[in-house]
Amino acid sequence: MQDFGEAFGLAFGLVASGDADLVEIVALSLRVSLSATGLACLIGLPLGAFLAVSRFPGRMPAIIVVNALMGLPPVVVGLLIYLALSRAGPLGVLGVLYTPTAMIVAQTVLITPIVAALSRQLIEDLHAEYAEQFRSLCLTRRQEVQALLWDGRYALLTVALAGFGRAVAEVGAVMIVGGNIDHLTRVMTTAIALETSKGDLGLALALGIVLMVIALGVNAAVQSIRLTAARFAYA
Amino acid sequence: MRDLALDHFIAAGRAELAPATLPLRIQGLRFARQGRTLIHGLDLTLDRGGITMVMGPNGAGKSLLLRLVHGLIAPCAGEILWGGAPVSPAITRRQALVFQKPVLLRRSVAANLDFVLKARGRASASTREALLARVGLAGRGGQPARLLSGGEQQRLALARALATEPEVLLLDEPTASLDPASVQAFEAIVADVARQGTKVLFVSHDIGQARRMADDVVFIAGGWVAEHSPAECFFAAPDSAVARAYLAGHLVL
Repeated sequence: MQDFGEAFGLAFGLVASGDADLVEIVALSLRVSLSATGLACLIGLPLGAFLAVSRFPGRMPAIIVVNALMGLPPVVVGLLIYLALSRAGPLGVLGVLYTPTAMIVAQTVLITPIVAALSRQLIEDLHAEYAEQFRSLCLTRRQEVQALLWDGRYALLTVALAGFGRAVAEVGAVMIVGGNIDHLTRVMTTAIALETSKGDLGLALALGIVLMVIALGVNAAVQSIRLTAARFAYA
Repeated sequence: MRDLALDHFIAAGRAELAPATLPLRIQGLRFARQGRTLIHGLDLTLDRGGITMVMGPNGAGKSLLLRLVHGLIAPCAGEILWGGAPVSPAITRRQALVFQKPVLLRRSVAANLDFVLKARGRASASTREALLARVGLAGRGGQPARLLSGGEQQRLALARALATEPEVLLLDEPTASLDPASVQAFEAIVADVARQGTKVLFVSHDIGQARRMADDVVFIAGGWVAEHSPAECFFAAPDSAVARAYLAGHLVL
């Protein structure tokens, strides 16, 4: 067991020297989680907007289901995607299990409900303000949704951020469908879990520091974009 | 100093330019919300162009009437016919409504107009610039719409309404919170729009504004039409006691 201070020293050394393993793991983490966030936004934002502006039988149950799915346990998502992608599963022929693609799929499934549920609430509030004007202009449902998504774009950045935060921080789903294979599917969270269990706290701490710096950096960037937009009354 | 002869000539011209959607015939219109009847069997016929001022105390049902004839809400009973046809999306599409509080998109001035022009298949920079010039906002297209002054925001909302080329322009107390200069600028544009043949239904509390703008006045009180008269008759000698009291400055509840 390493001394705590020594572990911190090692961690800063790895970060400062740009350790190749560390860089590879961080890069894969960002690739997987940013791809999953992009896909989740592509699916979740229109879905959230549709739920916000449309009125159909079963809308309330649909909203409740989407809200409930925000709490999906990552290991359960991992298990379901594993079953679907395994050789005997319905998508086994794709042969993507234990690849970054499987990890992207798992994280997309995990965070799409978060993006859909939060954007639904946000767009519904915006729609309450615009609804009468839109009806007066005789807009189609599609035109309404497009306008709401565009006008809510800065607030929706925060929604995307919430999805990204969940994706980049989860360990259960990527561990199951990625397998934590060195140089192939090892991401920050799975590496932290592995290195901690091996007692190599230096690398684990270094990854933890990078993870927190990324989280802080992305939050700061989004916040500054929102503040700039607010100055122009666009947010 | 206004030229009264010219004003009469203009008013006569407006009346002749009645759009195809007229006459507006309302019969037995009733509207209730949460168990409370707000419009009681209202009857009204408008068959001339120009500016019809809809006046009356707060809660009389003026804004409700505007929303009903525009098709934003459905009546509980009665009939609203525009040119013989019931209110439908096709009718709503030929009208435009400017609200008391302008609802502008969180975009630039130009983008607010482009949004409507695109929705109506008329998007072009020259059309947008012509509309901005018409409402006195030429060269302001790049500014954030929500940072304009109250009067400018309302003129942009008017430009957006005009971008739909409406046959009927509905105005729901659009100048209620504007200063005199902004009111004057807004009124000048509306008068010009009416002169060019657009029917205008203008809801207002402002008696001075009604005197300046109206060709005819519909006075509503308690959810029904107390009086509908040509403007000069209405202001000279109103028929109804409630309108007389309102014009005399008494409290009409």
